[in-house]
Amino acid sequence: MKVLYSLLAVIVLVLVAYVGVGLLGLHSLFGVMIPYAAGAVFIVGLVYRVLKWAKAPVPFHIPTVCGQQKSLPWIKANNIESPHNTWGVIARLALEVLLFRSLFRNERVELRRSEKLIFGGNKYLWLGGLAFHWCLFIILFRHLIYFMEPVPSVVLFVQDMDGIFEFAVPTLFLTDLVILIALTYLFLRRVIYSQIRYISLSSDYFAVLLILGVVISGVLIRLFYKVDIAAVKELAMGVISFRPTVPEGISLLFYIKLFLVSTLVAYFPFSKLVHGAGILLSPTRNLKNNSRMRRHINPWDYPVKVHTYEKYEEEFREAMKEAGLPLEKEN
Amino acid sequence: MSAEALGPKEVLKTIDYKPVKRSWLELTVEFRKGTYLYTPPRKLLDYLGLPNPRKWLPSEKDWQLPENWRQIILEGMKDRLSKYRSFQLFLDICVRCGACADKCPFFIGSGDPKNMPVLRTELLRSVYRKYFTTSGKLFGKLAGARELTEDVVKEWFYYFYQCTECRRCSVFCVYGIDTCEITMMARELLNSLGCGVNWIVDPAAKCYRLGNHLGLPPHGFKGVIDTAIEDIREITGIKVEVSLNRKGAEVLFVVPSADYFASPHWFTFLGYLMLFHEIGLDYTFSTYASEGGNFGFFHSAELAKRLNAKMYAEAKRLKVKWILGGECGHMWRVLHQYMDTYNGPADFLEEPVSPITGTKFENAKSTKMVHICEFTADLIYHNKLKLEPSRNDRWKVTFHDSCNMTRAVGLFEEPRYIIKNVCNYFYEMPENTIKERTFCCGSGSGIGADEHLEVRLRGGFPRANAVKYVRERYGVNLLACICAIDKATLPPLLQYWVPGVEVAGVHELVGNALVMKGEKPRVTDLRFQPLKGEEGEGDV
Amino acid sequence: MDWATILRNFLCQKKASILERWFNLIMESYPGDSLFLKQEKDRFANPVGYTISQEIETLYEGLLQGVASDKLITSLDNIIRIRAVQDFSPSQAVSFVFRLKQAIRDELDKEIHEGQISKELLKFESKIDELALLAFDIYMKCRENIYEIRVNKLKAEVVGALKLSGKKSNAYQVKK
Repeated sequence: MKVLYSLLAVIVLVLVAYVGVGLLGLHSLFGVMIPYAAGAVFIVGLVYRVLKWAKAPVPFHIPTVCGQQKSLPWIKANNIESPHNTWGVIARLALEVLLFRSLFRNERVELRRSEKLIFGGNKYLWLGGLAFHWCLFIILFRHLIYFMEPVPSVVLFVQDMDGIFEFAVPTLFLTDLVILIALTYLFLRRVIYSQIRYISLSSDYFAVLLILGVVISGVLIRLFYKVDIAAVKELAMGVISFRPTVPEGISLLFYIKLFLVSTLVAYFPFSKLVHGAGILLSPTRNLKNNSRMRRHINPWDYPVKVHTYEKYEEEFREAMKEAGLPLEKEN
Repeated sequence: MSAEALGPKEVLKTIDYKPVKRSWLELTVEFRKGTYLYTPPRKLLDYLGLPNPRKWLPSEKDWQLPENWRQIILEGMKDRLSKYRSFQLFLDICVRCGACADKCPFFIGSGDPKNMPVLRTELLRSVYRKYFTTSGKLFGKLAGARELTEDVVKEWFYYFYQCTECRRCSVFCVYGIDTCEITMMARELLNSLGCGVNWIVDPAAKCYRLGNHLGLPPHGFKGVIDTAIEDIREITGIKVEVSLNRKGAEVLFVVPSADYFASPHWFTFLGYLMLFHEIGLDYTFSTYASEGGNFGFFHSAELAKRLNAKMYAEAKRLKVKWILGGECGHMWRVLHQYMDTYNGPADFLEEPVSPITGTKFENAKSTKMVHICEFTADLIYHNKLKLEPSRNDRWKVTFHDSCNMTRAVGLFEEPRYIIKNVCNYFYEMPENTIKERTFCCGSGSGIGADEHLEVRLRGGFPRANAVKYVRERYGVNLLACICAIDKATLPPLLQYWVPGVEVAGVHELVGNALVMKGEKPRVTDLRFQPLKGEEGEGDV
Repeated sequence: MDWATILRNFLCQKKASILERWFNLIMESYPGDSLFLKQEKDRFANPVGYTISQEIETLYEGLLQGVASDKLITSLDNIIRIRAVQDFSPSQAVSFVFRLKQAIRDELDKEIHEGQISKELLKFESKIDELALLAFDIYMKCRENIYEIRVNKLKAEVVGALKLSGKKSNAYQVKK
């Protein structure tokens, strides 16, 4: 049901673009105005989100420690899993952001015939997630080719590397292939594994399907329904330099893809997709394990009611005296 | 077959063999005996000045919530969203990838999907969506949002007291989403409605008034110390000196109160006293700050701060140089991550230095509070103790990492170093059940009450299961740990799942192995059990 | 070949699939989705699923080969000990034994209709009934165990409290 709603939503988006561009010919609306609006929503939304998080204080020092603390000099401290200086925090966050370190902890123990414990891994989630995010990054980077003139050689280099295996003519990029597989896996595990299905919301399916829609339309454009790349670049350069023009000869499929991308971009700040921006702010990950070395200040700290020693002694003075305990006031 | 029509299938249907499978947004909980905690009496809430005291039980239909309960919760949420980045961030960024799902000991032990950390949080997150996000307001259920009803409150009570704030889930989350933070917020919200737990509020009230969770008055504490001195004299022939509320001592020593009350904590307590006597430490106890633990922490940040204040206040009054803390898990979570923030700066104390070895405890230079395992490991490393590990030979030992000692403090190696020096037989449990991935005892964070035993046995099963493995493989018969709640709740847990394995604190083992100057030949260990090789040599 | 041997052979041959059916039927008694319990093979990450899958095999073998009853009891105990503390009524907790009947019937659907074998199956099923009776005993033992633990705890507390001999006090009453 949840899957169906989400699929429906993506289909509706495709139809909207189809009707808008294909039937009504609203090229500049879909080619320029909507992307601009989406971009604006993205930037404003993202800034708003991040500022809102960053503004919220971190009252207590709560890193999740996953390694030996720095204590006695002869005990080897683990500066990455239990960072005690800034380098440690940077390394920890880098491992998390670049390699999804925490997902890699999913070790499994299996008992084989030999009665020896063997630690294997159930690392598909890690692999799928990592493959998806890295491909996404490389693909985005590759797309710079449409937004820069002259094209920096590093972008061309990445594109060449990505197309090094010629699966088809024209070249199917390695990343396109991998991202398709990874996305399909990430989608299917939400459908097939009933446990994940149970916790998934419509928005979870929608996000995957929307991205899948973008990738598929992109691959279709590349392989089967070729567009005039020069025209696309003209459009892109125009948009980016705020001198938008709508060149002729760009296919409908491209507009559909562009509309899906616009939706994704506008949807991004208001959905779980912003998680990427959140990770660096996460207090369980970006704090050092040094709370006994340096005092952490709570900005909204306020005085509380306490039961003072004086009150305590007041209540028990006689008994304390009898037991021979030292007193502040003798009576 | 004609019998099929009346076969077992039909009969079993009437006893509801298969639970109805519904979306998690819809279920309501049933409070069966053994699965909920009792509520605190009115007078305790009054004493602490906590809101909405009344007489009620979770099993009753009417919880007698205050009239404006919905407003209280929503305003409470709004307030906390602006005060805690963790709360806001963790509600926003979960992608429901499911990595945490099977990491919670309560889920593993019960199979109840709402015990998956992601869903436990979702119980609160769904309400957050409904009232605090645009998509939730617009799309409602479709966006995973739900109305705040009394049933939701009941569900919160049920599931947020089936979380021990052990933080195992947060180890496996890429974003570090820590369900403990969510549970803490949920409990604060519940407590603002007066929906608390007696096992938390009662010790907190006692601690507030008398200085310790047990409610032991100052002269009672004196009596306990005398008993300990007598026990040690009987075992070693040495009379140790212990002072209370003494001004000008170098070190204030604070332990969880269970250490001088409960068993097997008691033997650890003896171990501390013997160790300090042997090295000649200039220390004192305080009757006013006679509690290291902090059950206020399981109630709200404010109550935690109120109870914690005593420690520094007393250190200041007694003019000690620094503070040493005993074996306890959540106590150290508070001391390590919260105390300095709550009640610091402790600028009236000095940076801790071991008077015996001269080691500077740089890691505690701001808080000025050292963990007993750091202290003892340093002594052993510098050869300051004479140890006879064979006195622990009747034990085959494994070590249970307490959640807070690992995932909050990072104290992995110190206790292991000590154990390896005071015991001859030490075996680790499997990798994915120790250290940062350790399994909770199932009773932490104030849910270790008797009436809650069934839930505890479920939540502790993954831990017990790993103990069972080392028991079968190596014949392990002692689970060492450095947490007072562990020592209180692991014995019943193991009694049920792995009979034959006992529980001890690390400093009990130290006390056994410690060769004291001028001691008489020891024939029993601290439990008054004959030492190996001494069995049957007449009565002792 | 007599019918008893034929049935035995069937049960031996189809052991794997009968056990799988039995296991899945047991797992259906868990709330929500029990996929994790079913699929996670790590004995430390999933002690419930692991224990049940291991022990039902022992039980099945035991019924077929006739092993010593103390071995059966240990196996039953390992499963029931878990179910005795989970959210089950007593009947639900031990019902898993009877699920074996259904597993066998579902698996041997065709063969059962061949007349003679069903008589033998009835005999085999009465063995399952005996197993179920044992299960009741064990369930009670587990529950008694739980109450024992609670009583001991209370006793220890009383002893401890007496040792400390704290005076009863009404100090929590707020002074107005």
